[in-house]
Amino acid sequence: MELTRRDAVAALSALGLGGTLAGCVAPPGSEPVDTDRLRETLVAAAAVVYPSEVSGIEPFVAAFLEGRLADPTHVAGLEEAVAELDGNARVWYDAEFAALSVADREQVLRNVGADDADEDPSGMASERVRYYVVNDLLLALYASPTGGELVGLENPQGHAGGIGTYQRGPNA
Amino acid sequence: MSWDRAPAGSAESGADDDADRTPVANADVCVIGAGPAGGIVADRLAEAGREVVILEAGPRFDPDDRLARQERAIRPAYDRPDVWDGDPERDAYESTGERPYPLNHARARGVGGSTLHWQGMVMRLHEDDFDSASVRGVGADWPIDYADLRPYYAAAERELGVAGAADNPFAPPREHPHPMPAFPPSYSDSLFAAACDELEIAMHSVPNARNSEGYDGRSACVGYGTCQPVCPSGAKYDATVHVERAERKGATVIDRAPVQRLVHGPDAIEAAVYATPDGDRHRQSADAFVIACGGVETPRLLLLSESSHYPDGLANSSGLVGRYFMDHLFAGTGGVLDEPTRQNHVGFLTSESHQFYDEADAEQAPFKLEFFNYDGPSPVELALTGDDWGDDLLARLRSDYGTHIGMGGLVEQLPREDSYVGLDPSTTDDHGNPVPEIHWSVGDRVLETIERVNEIQERILDELGAEITWQVGPEGTGPAYHHMGTTRMGDDPTASVVGPDLRTHDLENCWIASSSVFPTGGAMNPTLTIAALALKAADHVLETELPIR
Ligand SMILES: Cc1cc2nc3c(=O)[nH]c(=O)nc-3n(C[C@H](O)[C@H](O)[C@H](O)COP(=O)(O)OP(=O)(O)OC[C@H]3O[C@@H](n4cnc5c(N)ncnc54)[C@H](O)[C@@H]3O)c2cc1C
Ligand code: SF4
Repeated sequence: MELTRRDAVAALSALGLGGTLAGCVAPPGSEPVDTDRLRETLVAAAAVVYPSEVSGIEPFVAAFLEGRLADPTHVAGLEEAVAELDGNARVWYDAEFAALSVADREQVLRNVGADDADEDPSGMASERVRYYVVNDLLLALYASPTGGELVGLENPQGHAGGIGTYQRGPNA
Repeated sequence: MSWDRAPAGSAESGADDDADRTPVANADVCVIGAGPAGGIVADRLAEAGREVVILEAGPRFDPDDRLARQERAIRPAYDRPDVWDGDPERDAYESTGERPYPLNHARARGVGGSTLHWQGMVMRLHEDDFDSASVRGVGADWPIDYADLRPYYAAAERELGVAGAADNPFAPPREHPHPMPAFPPSYSDSLFAAACDELEIAMHSVPNARNSEGYDGRSACVGYGTCQPVCPSGAKYDATVHVERAERKGATVIDRAPVQRLVHGPDAIEAAVYATPDGDRHRQSADAFVIACGGVETPRLLLLSESSHYPDGLANSSGLVGRYFMDHLFAGTGGVLDEPTRQNHVGFLTSESHQFYDEADAEQAPFKLEFFNYDGPSPVELALTGDDWGDDLLARLRSDYGTHIGMGGLVEQLPREDSYVGLDPSTTDDHGNPVPEIHWSVGDRVLETIERVNEIQERILDELGAEITWQVGPEGTGPAYHHMGTTRMGDDPTASVVGPDLRTHDLENCWIASSSVFPTGGAMNPTLTIAALALKAADHVLETELPIR
């Protein structure tokens, strides 16, 4: 199932990030953010945590990240989480996370403990990676109409999908 | 992209640290608490030209943060009280009764009060609820009847904006239709309907304080599905509506201003002493005071305001301030079908049954049945927990979501003297005041009625062909977060705290607007009745000649 621009807009608005994909810049006065690195890492992680039947990941994640970049606190947390993944990838595979095969990326996510950690934006490294990388990606997907439809729920929680769908039967 | 929209982690109360929090000169009325009760009273009094000041313990939240709060509602990193910036020190309490009472899941603090968090089901009490002792032989009669409250109920429905229909044969009589049409039934309601038809159980619509069409300048519901604990669209009523309306009519709102005590003589309150974030204390004087702090903090404030005149707590000559603490108890049953049930599209209910409500007597409590639209897990919440991802996660979501079906119910508990809100001097809050002690006990009638509710639920689910997978019965039951009874209303000053005019028997310029005045609770969600009583209290304040200071 193809993720669309509509999904990205829906995911953004579900998260309070506005519904536009208009250009974002770094907040005035802050350190420049290496947005390419953040985007490449998130797209690389999405290939692990998203189901294989989803396509169109790259523009979806890029658009979603663009919304997230509006918040400096979130960006700082995300940068740390990305550094954590790259650090572990370098130790074990001598390359950055985004350059690894999907299987090796999955191993890195497991190395840092993001698989069985509970998300916590101010917790240990495993809990932060779970929050800023794994769960942020899963939240974006499963609060979007396409993500909901994968599960059989075209108006998932967090998506303003109107008041028609709850009335309809499975075959409508 | 705007910079002021914060993701979950950084949603902040919009509270302005530098706001002017000094008292209002020449206030006619001081309203304490900015939930629906306080908001409605303030709006009415400001409308009538009174100089009104509202003191609210919590902050004023920024409406732009609502989606960020919605993210908190979905993400497991945040607990329910975090959604509205609960503060464990400010909100500390002790639960000492036979059943634990999770107070901070049961309220929100700030402009809007607990309606920021609420579900928004709003129904009128039944006629017999006002005459429980005489008709059912248990509980206490109200000193007023349904007929006395009926015009206020109609007005309250217009104030909140209620979507409802006239299809409930068990509801008390009404003159006018609801202000908006009811939400249509859900797909799962239609599954229930077949089973209920067979069992001769009537289903009908649920009145919702939620816009089924544009109303009062607020949008129609757009189906976010996170109504409880936050509606990002404003389609669900919350009391910011009335507080802001009161402000437009000239009322002043002072947020983050918890009232510490009420300074008084033998017959009247002189001032409310409140704290501000800068550590200062101020005195707000007024001719009249309306306490609208909810069913727990209202008795607490009275108890904290003890004096030589009132050694057991202000307005407590009866000794009943804090006594008769009641809630509604939950009974539920659910299971799975072998077909899709289409749950979790929206976060509110569209069908109920009040068929058994008026069978109530000394042994059986009144109760209502609810048909869920959100039974079973929400896939997005499920996706964020667990140790799987990718295809394994999707397979889990597909197997866990889709076929759940469930029912709830609310059951009345009787007022009991041994169920109370007191003060716990061994623990203090962020201002050094003893925290509320919740000593909740419920009695046998409600527990036995819960068994009956479970039986009916099982019959319906069996008829549907569901495999039952969960049940909340007498053991596992918990509160519905409706705090009632702690400053009960009555004609006799030795047996009640306020009179039928909502004024305390002891003090000539102090009214209480809250479910704390309910003598018996019925089994209907209380807030429509709170709103009706708030409108009535405002009328009584207006008709009282107060001393000119
Ligand atoms: C999860 C949940 C779901 C609910 N669902 C429903 C429902 O579907 N239907 C229904 O009818 N009801 C429901 N309720 C209950 C409903 O929210 C309350 O009945 C209603 O909000 C009570 O209104 P109130 O104005 O009396 O008190 P509140 O809304 O609690 O407001 C009281 C205000 O007073 C302030 N305050 C307290 N002490 C002080 C002090 N010392 N100084 C200054 N300010 C103070 C508080 O901060 C608060 O803002 C629900 C509640 C919860 C928590
Ligand atoms: S379903 Fe409707 S009422 Fe509930 S949160 Fe969404 S818009 Fe608000």
